Amino acid sequence: MGEPILKVDDINVWYGSIHAIKGISFEVYEDEIVTLIGANGAGKSTTLNTISGLLHSKTGSISFMGKNLAKIAPHKIVDEGLAQVPEGRRVFLQMSVAENLEMGAFTAPSSGIAADLEKVYSLFPRLKERRRQVAGTLSGGEQQMLAMGRALMSHPKLLMLDEPSMGLAPILVEQIFEIIGNLHKAGSTILLVEQNAQMALSIADRGYVLETGKIVHSGSGSELLASPEIKRAYLGG
Amino acid sequence: MAILMNLINGISLGSVYAIIALGYTMVYGIAKMLNFAHGDVIMVGGYMAFCSMTYLNWGPVPAVLLAIAVCTVLGIVVERLAYKPLRQAPSLAVLITAIGVSYFLQNAALLIWGSDPKVFTSVIHIPSQRLFDGQLIITGTAVATVLSCVVIMIALSLFTGKTKMGKAMRAVSEDKGAAQLMGINVNFTISMTFAIGSGLAAIAGVLLCSAYPTLMPTTGSMPGIKAFTAAVFGGIGSIPGAMIGGILLGIIEIFGKAYISTQLSDAIVFAVLIVVLLVKPTGLLGKQIREKV
Ligand SMILES: Nc1ncnc2c1ncn2[C@@H]1O[C@H](COP(=O)(O)OP(=O)(O)OP(=O)(O)O)[C@@H](O)[C@H]1O
Ligand SMILES: [Mg+2]
Repeated sequence: MGEPILKVDDINVWYGSIHAIKGISFEVYEDEIVTLIGANGAGKSTTLNTISGLLHSKTGSISFMGKNLAKIAPHKIVDEGLAQVPEGRRVFLQMSVAENLEMGAFTAPSSGIAADLEKVYSLFPRLKERRRQVAGTLSGGEQQMLAMGRALMSHPKLLMLDEPSMGLAPILVEQIFEIIGNLHKAGSTILLVEQNAQMALSIADRGYVLETGKIVHSGSGSELLASPEIKRAYLGG
Repeated sequence: MAILMNLINGISLGSVYAIIALGYTMVYGIAKMLNFAHGDVIMVGGYMAFCSMTYLNWGPVPAVLLAIAVCTVLGIVVERLAYKPLRQAPSLAVLITAIGVSYFLQNAALLIWGSDPKVFTSVIHIPSQRLFDGQLIITGTAVATVLSCVVIMIALSLFTGKTKMGKAMRAVSEDKGAAQLMGINVNFTISMTFAIGSGLAAIAGVLLCSAYPTLMPTTGSMPGIKAFTAAVFGGIGSIPGAMIGGILLGIIEIFGKAYISTQLSDAIVFAVLIVVLLVKPTGLLGKQIREKV
């Protein structure tokens, strides 16, 4: 498979005295969908935020496309090709849909923005209809689409999604997963954090199970889906 | 005619408050802190213009530009040295630091320029306008002040609404973490906000000293507090709110002085603030944001 595009090696992250991530390592290869699943408080968001440079590991290293991310200023990480759709969407509620998307392209050359906007609008026609509306007036599902579109504006080589299905009705969850599948088919590499283990494992190439800051299982999506232990703990049966 | 005269004076004074309030509100919006030293930057701007005109014989334009440049740098330096290390600290610690910076600036001015008031020569050379056969006189300072305020308002709206940096500022003021995930340099953006706010304070200082020409180390305190009141009155964090709050405050102050009592005018100003906050706790244009979960 060659070199992974993301290689997380033995990271430990603390919040003050709380040891949230306890020496985890994993990797993502080009063109994969890899999922991190785990219960509330397992450390999934902490892991993504550490990769994005919002938090820092006291040990180990994170390398992305062969570069050590610790040596890169946090705001330059997006420029390296890493984008995150954060938990709870965190769109800019007082800015318009179009402005939110422009912020996603903050590090991109301004010449390509118009074409990229059109691409995102064709992926999410709802956003086009609402491009002048402030994001605070969008529904939860529309905000999720906006958050995803915003991340795509930077042309990420790796797209990290933190619980994109959170708080959405089942039909919307299906729709969001379908979009993730389409992005993958179109060539995106995806790191997907989910509590919805069933959905996540069924589209993922590989998965890791996180429990209180440690990776306790890993394997291909179908292996994990079939494992009795995982079934009991995460799949409600 | 007297009412009209008072109204114009009120708008003129209010325009100064508005320019100062913009600095308060922008810094609050982005750093979520009350920069109590903001008023003292006005005083520094006043002294800079005063010194360059009195000791160096500079004309008004370079004097104003120097004041703006010095205050802009001062804003950046104060943020870098005093506030940035406290980015994660409780807001009370930041507030106390800001009060400390305020006293530091006042005492530094006291050391450099002494306590006796300096007489400021107005930088504005627009003749007074006499209307209605001389019954209504509008001073050149009033004209310049209101014009500056309008120009600043338009420039700031264009900046925050149309430019990449301005939009980034709005993004940072809403959600620093999300802004950083977009690749926005949050520290730089905060620095820029302090720079703009302090540059505006320099302009306010020069306008204020042109209208009320005594300059002392404490010159900035009272207008600073009034402008802070104006920012809260209009809805802290809101740029149009600061503008409207400032102008209304100026009008209330001048009308209070003219028709009720000179001594009580400040009390009236603050009484109005209290009433507004009781009726609408977020201020006139303040927004209450409900987040969707
Ligand atoms: N800002 C914080 N300060 C202190 N502790 C925190 C903070 N954020 C998270 N934690 C702790 O770190 C641990 C991991 O949290 P994290 O948010 O990464 O979990 P998660 O797997 O994303 O959970 P969820 O599925 O609920 O989003 C938890 O025990 C949490 O309480
Ligand atoms: Mg989480």
